[in-house]
Amino acid sequence: MKSKSNLEKVLLNGNFAVTAEIGPPKGSDPNSIMKKAKMLNGYADAFNITDNQTAVVRMSSFAGCSILLKMNMEPIMQMTCRDRNRIALQSDILGASALGIKNILFLTGDHQSFGNHPSAKGVFDIDSLQLIQIAKNMRDNGMFQNGEEITSGRPDVLIGAAANPFANPFEVRIDRLSKKITAGADFIQTQSVYNLEIFTKWIDDVRANGFDKKVHILAGVTPLKSVNMTNRMKFHVPGVDIPDTIYKRIKNARDPKKEGYSIALETLLELKNINGIHGVHITALFWEDIIPSLVKEASIHTTP
Amino acid sequence: MIITKQKKFEDLVRSVGGEPVFLVGCSECATLCHTGGEEEVLAMKDALEKRRIPVSGWVVLDPACHLNNNKRLLKSYKEKLGKSKSILVLACGNGVQTIKEIFDNKDVISGTDTLFLGEITRVNLFDKRCNLCGECLVNLFGGFCPVSRCPKSMLNGPCGGAKGGKCEINQDLDCVWDQIYNYLKQRGKLHLLEEIQKPKDWSKSLEVRRKL
Repeated sequence: MKSKSNLEKVLLNGNFAVTAEIGPPKGSDPNSIMKKAKMLNGYADAFNITDNQTAVVRMSSFAGCSILLKMNMEPIMQMTCRDRNRIALQSDILGASALGIKNILFLTGDHQSFGNHPSAKGVFDIDSLQLIQIAKNMRDNGMFQNGEEITSGRPDVLIGAAANPFANPFEVRIDRLSKKITAGADFIQTQSVYNLEIFTKWIDDVRANGFDKKVHILAGVTPLKSVNMTNRMKFHVPGVDIPDTIYKRIKNARDPKKEGYSIALETLLELKNINGIHGVHITALFWEDIIPSLVKEASIHTTP
Repeated sequence: MIITKQKKFEDLVRSVGGEPVFLVGCSECATLCHTGGEEEVLAMKDALEKRRIPVSGWVVLDPACHLNNNKRLLKSYKEKLGKSKSILVLACGNGVQTIKEIFDNKDVISGTDTLFLGEITRVNLFDKRCNLCGECLVNLFGGFCPVSRCPKSMLNGPCGGAKGGKCEINQDLDCVWDQIYNYLKQRGKLHLLEEIQKPKDWSKSLEVRRKL
């Protein structure tokens, strides 16, 4: 084992892993995270705490993870390259490991112009691939990016990365995944899956290259909560692919929320049986309370 | 002016390889900072030929960043260009890419590193003056730009690290905040520095096209 992560244990045992996302509040109140965490406890193996997602200021992932640790739940810290340079990022990797955080998902991060402080200066000193490489080198070789030695304690974290099976052009997706594996990713959380046809093509390519043997792939699932959200996801969120059939189902539904739930459940059941998928990552933004019933109905959470 | 410096000659020899090369210079910035004027282009030709690398021709464009003008000027070099496998451009990063747009079947090689937008302070000395940040703030600071001339881009300086008017990270760099303070003091305008400057709108630096 590369880390003492529970998620890694689940994945290495060949069990179907479930991770769920918890969005931190736009404020300092820890209760908001604690409430969501309590509700989700037992329904996933580990819980992502986002890092100022879509470049909107929220409580830090670091603090959110620390709250989960106190509740004996396993966090996946998210870390983007938008707001910190390599000095701060490496420092936070050390700090996270010191506090007992055992999984980190490394991302380049949404551009600041999409968020609520569009006049901010983006850092982007390094990108996600470089950060993954740096984290791996810190963990496995005890070395900082500059080649200096880590003198007291290597950060033994499980390294996560994102992949988007729906990005254009198609060829690039597999090449980029390959690069992330080479850089050091242990697990992958994919962009939300709505277009199963394209996703299946992608996972076929993943298997053809033997990548499913080299990295644990968790497929993303995000239930659509409303017509509004579906519109936003289909037309405004870069990298998301909502096919017209799904779009119409939500648009024409008498109860879009219920339809969104059904679509998510169907997707989970499909993903469960796709060869090469090692688990799912459920993101129900501001709708976290549906995760327990989704997980139960799909009977995907087998590990206590 | 765009300040450039030539890349190491040995690196250029490696990039060009042994095949015939056509040389391109620029009549503007690269001429003024002696990286890609006629003199430097001819010196490069000599140096490459001494290494037995054939130079099929050369031109100094006027200037290298003008796409349509380049297309027109290069017409009379068609034959010499045809004999070359690559084009070595002694101009700024913009010049290189404008040439690249014209040729999609040749290797276009940059012969320089583009350093900054700056002034010719005196002969053979160039100093950075602008970061192209998209929203000029010099009017707030007596005509000095702390965004480009302070390594921390501080808008409410100085940081306290300067010694004898020199920046803490580079003894060759005058502390721009020292200059701003002294200048405004002498003009009796120190009150301009009383206001706390708000965080800068960096989104202005994201402009990528201007159309008239």
